[in-house]
Amino acid sequence: MTTTDLKHKLDIKKIQLDFPILSREVRNNRKLIYLDSAATSQKPQVVIEAQNNFYETINSGVHRGAYYLAELATDAHEKAREIISGFINIKPDQLIFTKNATESLNLLSYSFLNATMKAKNGIAMDKRLILNPGDEILVTELEHHANLVPWQELCLKTGAVLRWIPITDQGILDYSKMGSLISNKTKVISVSHMSNVLGSITDIETVSKAAKSVGAFFFIDACQSVPHMPVDFNNLGADAIAWSGHKMLGPLGIGLLGATEELLSIMPPFISGGSMIETVSMEKSTFSKAPRKFEAGTPPAAEAVGLGAAVEYLQNIGMGNVHSHERHLTKLLLDGLKQIDGVTIYGPTDDRDRGSTVSFALDGLHPHDVGQVLDDMGIAVRVGNHCARPIMDKLKVQSTTRASTYIYNDDSDIKALIDGIEEVFRFFGRK
Amino acid sequence: MQLSNMYQEVILDHYKSPRGKGLKEPFGGEAHHVNPTCGDEITVRVQLSKDGKTIEKLSYDSTGCSISQASASIMFEQVDGKKIDEFNQSSDEFLAMMQSKGNFEPNEDLLGDGVSMIGVAQYPARIKCALLSWMAAKDAIIRANGEK
Ligand SMILES: Cc1ncc(COP(=O)(O)O)c(C=O)c1O
Repeated sequence: MTTTDLKHKLDIKKIQLDFPILSREVRNNRKLIYLDSAATSQKPQVVIEAQNNFYETINSGVHRGAYYLAELATDAHEKAREIISGFINIKPDQLIFTKNATESLNLLSYSFLNATMKAKNGIAMDKRLILNPGDEILVTELEHHANLVPWQELCLKTGAVLRWIPITDQGILDYSKMGSLISNKTKVISVSHMSNVLGSITDIETVSKAAKSVGAFFFIDACQSVPHMPVDFNNLGADAIAWSGHKMLGPLGIGLLGATEELLSIMPPFISGGSMIETVSMEKSTFSKAPRKFEAGTPPAAEAVGLGAAVEYLQNIGMGNVHSHERHLTKLLLDGLKQIDGVTIYGPTDDRDRGSTVSFALDGLHPHDVGQVLDDMGIAVRVGNHCARPIMDKLKVQSTTRASTYIYNDDSDIKALIDGIEEVFRFFGRK
Repeated sequence: MQLSNMYQEVILDHYKSPRGKGLKEPFGGEAHHVNPTCGDEITVRVQLSKDGKTIEKLSYDSTGCSISQASASIMFEQVDGKKIDEFNQSSDEFLAMMQSKGNFEPNEDLLGDGVSMIGVAQYPARIKCALLSWMAAKDAIIRANGEK
């Protein structure tokens, strides 16, 4: 794609009207300029209404009643599963509702722990899920803590060894190191699709091929990709993909795990209790098939319904359009930042290689101070280590300032940020 | 602009020209504190008098935002060479001011330039920045007394 293709057709002013929060004022009666969608996105009225509507008209226990309302609630819950699974082109039964991506990733990592422990007690488990000391798990150096700490924990409990694909000083994954990190000891490879700090996009095909070549499971943390670009599970060559509803216009409190039917059939349950069983006696229980096997307890049905509405909203806009609009904004932002003296951009500096999450530093100024002055102008950006401390160490910084966009951001938001950065320099003085 | 409540001239001055920065020898106790959300760090060293009642020398080194840097510099000015009792009074007053949401009449005798930090108390996300150096100093003093 050349930049001229990026003329976006979307009517952003109209889209903005769908998001009630965007009309509120923040500090000093400033208009809110929200540039922190990588942390959590704002919600359109249709999502808020879908969730309210559930409570106002059909609220009742899902999968737990034979009466009229319970049927309606169950239908709405399963309809949401259909919509959301269709969004990444998998069957409804391949989609598990969780609390957030962090829980989805823990579901995966605990499957290995639970299978390994059950196997030790003589319970038949698929060999590929059983970890022995010396087995290896591969991640990358740019993971969010959610796709790092669960694997560290799994290693501590099983004696497996954690390895990681390093990033260069510029924050780009160094695939040349991958060959020596993968062997037949590698049992799991889990990587993020797009970095929530650097915006860089992982070459999924290369990693997937490497995983296939040694028979390792391949998992993707898709928190930052599914909300922002078209993603077809079947094109990823992955065994499972985890993401969060709240970063894609959906409610808080609902996350997703999409997986192959095979993986879902061999993984033992993660959280256990009601709703995930077939028969229960005092001695033992048998479990439902996926997705129910992994959805113990009363599910957050209103949240699922809200997320279904969010997905339909995105589908109406078209994920291709979402992606091109954000590339347009990314280019504006990168070009703007490059023109300011004393700004360092971390990660890829060409909009073709990245998503719209951009981390940067202002020479001699601490991100907390940068964020504070921007906040005074109504601009919400994230400052800190973005739950990815190892990247900070690699870049040799304590923290960064991060701006990230979504479909409700327009050119004027980017201009406000660029002007805001100039104002930060004026306020504190240049070094 | 509300911002000038937080970033008062005195604070920006301490930030741009910090007083007493740099670790000194000898020292009887040292503490290293980190703010995990933003990575701000400070090391504080204290050398106490023989009777353990006076801070003969306080030194520090730190990296971080303007508020944490200015706070360390102001603390140094206020407590270097003072009695531990005086340090404790100042430290308690500073903590009370930070927890006050800004409704507070700070005692200038106890806080010195630290009174200028009252604006920070209105920004919950920044209170930790202001407290970092005081907390580290408190720990360094406890350690110095424990070493005896
Ligand atoms: C890349 C990435 N992975 C995982 C997560 C964790 O998502 P959640 O906090 O919704 O579980 C996030 C966001 O915080 C993220 O950006």
